[in-house]
Amino acid sequence: MSVVFDRPKSLCDVSTHYCPGCTHGVIHRLVAEAIDELGIEGKTVGIAPVGCSVFAYNYFACDMIQAAHGRAPAVATGVKRANPECMVFTYQGDGDLAAIGTAETVHAATRGENITVIFVNNAIYGMTGGQMAPTTLPGQVTQTTPFGRDVSAAGYPVRVCEMLSTLDGVALAQRVTVDSPKNIMTAKKAILKGFQNQIDCKGFSIIEVISTCPTNWGLSPEKALEWLRENMLPYYPLGVYKSKD
Amino acid sequence: MQEKVLMKGNEALAEAAIRAGCRCFFGYPITPQTEIAAYMAKRMPKVGGAYLQAESEIAAINMVYGAAASGARAMTSSSSPGISLKAEGISYLAGSDLPAVIINIVRGGPGLGGIQPAQSDYNQVTRGLAHGDFHVIAFAPNSIQEMCDLIFDAFDLADTYRMPAMILGDGMLGQMMEPVALPEPHEVSASAKPWAANGTKGAREHNIINSLYIEASELEDKVLARYERYRVIEEKEARHEEFMLDDAEIVVVAYGASSRISRNAVVAAREKGIKVGMIRPITLWPFPKKALADKAPSAKAFLSVELSMGQMVDDIRLAISCSKPVYLASRTGGVIITPDEILAKLVEIDGGIK
Repeated sequence: MSVVFDRPKSLCDVSTHYCPGCTHGVIHRLVAEAIDELGIEGKTVGIAPVGCSVFAYNYFACDMIQAAHGRAPAVATGVKRANPECMVFTYQGDGDLAAIGTAETVHAATRGENITVIFVNNAIYGMTGGQMAPTTLPGQVTQTTPFGRDVSAAGYPVRVCEMLSTLDGVALAQRVTVDSPKNIMTAKKAILKGFQNQIDCKGFSIIEVISTCPTNWGLSPEKALEWLRENMLPYYPLGVYKSKD
Repeated sequence: MQEKVLMKGNEALAEAAIRAGCRCFFGYPITPQTEIAAYMAKRMPKVGGAYLQAESEIAAINMVYGAAASGARAMTSSSSPGISLKAEGISYLAGSDLPAVIINIVRGGPGLGGIQPAQSDYNQVTRGLAHGDFHVIAFAPNSIQEMCDLIFDAFDLADTYRMPAMILGDGMLGQMMEPVALPEPHEVSASAKPWAANGTKGAREHNIINSLYIEASELEDKVLARYERYRVIEEKEARHEEFMLDDAEIVVVAYGASSRISRNAVVAAREKGIKVGMIRPITLWPFPKKALADKAPSAKAFLSVELSMGQMVDDIRLAISCSKPVYLASRTGGVIITPDEILAKLVEIDGGIK
């Protein structure tokens, strides 16, 4: 009997702490598959953020460094500058990348830092129990926007790929999602391209993955995917915002 | 005798750091330490190292964290307000057991303060550099030569004990010029850090650099193990210098720039027949407690001379178990104390204890 589906080598054989229905598991798998397929496990260093994916260092079977909140692109810069032969990726959520770490994100991007950034956008702070994120949608109810996000007081969401696509140092800025097999395949290709760009020394690649948070959205996993399609994708259109080819 | 060159403190320090094996420098401009970054920008590419001007002090220390985590000898430099911004990163370095060197060319504070020399970051470096239970090894040179020599020790001890080390200079040391014999370059073994996260190369299990421990008992164990190392450091690495101490009744305690001024005051007081000597801490953490405790029985009083508001006084009191009075001679805010001001204080103390 032949094996047709297995755990990627770059994922550890452990249970994760993620909630049922959360899309982090799928995204972890895609990143690990990309590392396996490119044969770069032995020279890859991953940077874990602060947030739901803080424990990523326990899940990826490559060298891992846990960074302070928002500082992953700066930490990745230090690793890459010290070891240019290493393949360096960060795995960050929306609060980490687009709120507290905005400066580190923008400047790593504009420097054309030769790293790969996996940006998981689920429009909420998950680890702390569901507060407003920089990407929380107008009107969206969270613990800290109990009457819905009022843009006159809380401002507007940040569209990260659109913003970064204006910077000359960016090699790839692409928004994907993982709500269907077709979209998962597209996400996988984008992540592969993000790493291939690094191998080819093209500069900064960011793959934004629109994701769910069933627990803090208060929805079943299936309903959460529906909510994502109906609310997230109109505000955060999928597509390639910048690609240096 | 080795040839001496006339160099500005900040530039000599940068050259010495490169000779000590530093191959990654991440900085951000701030007076009065900017020459360190400017020198590194010029020299680092020539030795195959990495220089980068970060977007902030916070980014710079986190770049150091990344470089250190992946096995490089990494350094950043700043001055007081910038060190406050680096505090978070220094806590993460300590919590992840990473070696790195941080330079603080201290200026007056708090807030934006001033740009003149000060020593008002004493409490910050010896007590509360950032959140959590930890220490950094803190060196306080008082000459450009000593600053160049100590940076070798800073890198070596940081590696040995896997913790951050700091050189605490001041605007005077950074900005003045002195003849200096630059130490010979130091070979650093690249394979000495088996814990580094720089790719497994298929040859080992993957490494994790981390400061998060959700289980309280696991975090406690980590902190206790670190404090066991700190205990060894306190025993083995405290350094000081003595001057005219043998028969001294009044003991001046001063470090860095204020120790040079104090030395003149000690000589002047001796000429007046006052029995004064000096203990100069070279490490602020660990503080040379034993040297002070040993001297306490034969001393009548201690005088802390600082360019800060008595921040070192408590360390002196603790070292001598409050057995003798501890006085303070200080100026602050970037104002430099004069030998005459120190001498006047010594005369006053001498009158009081006769």
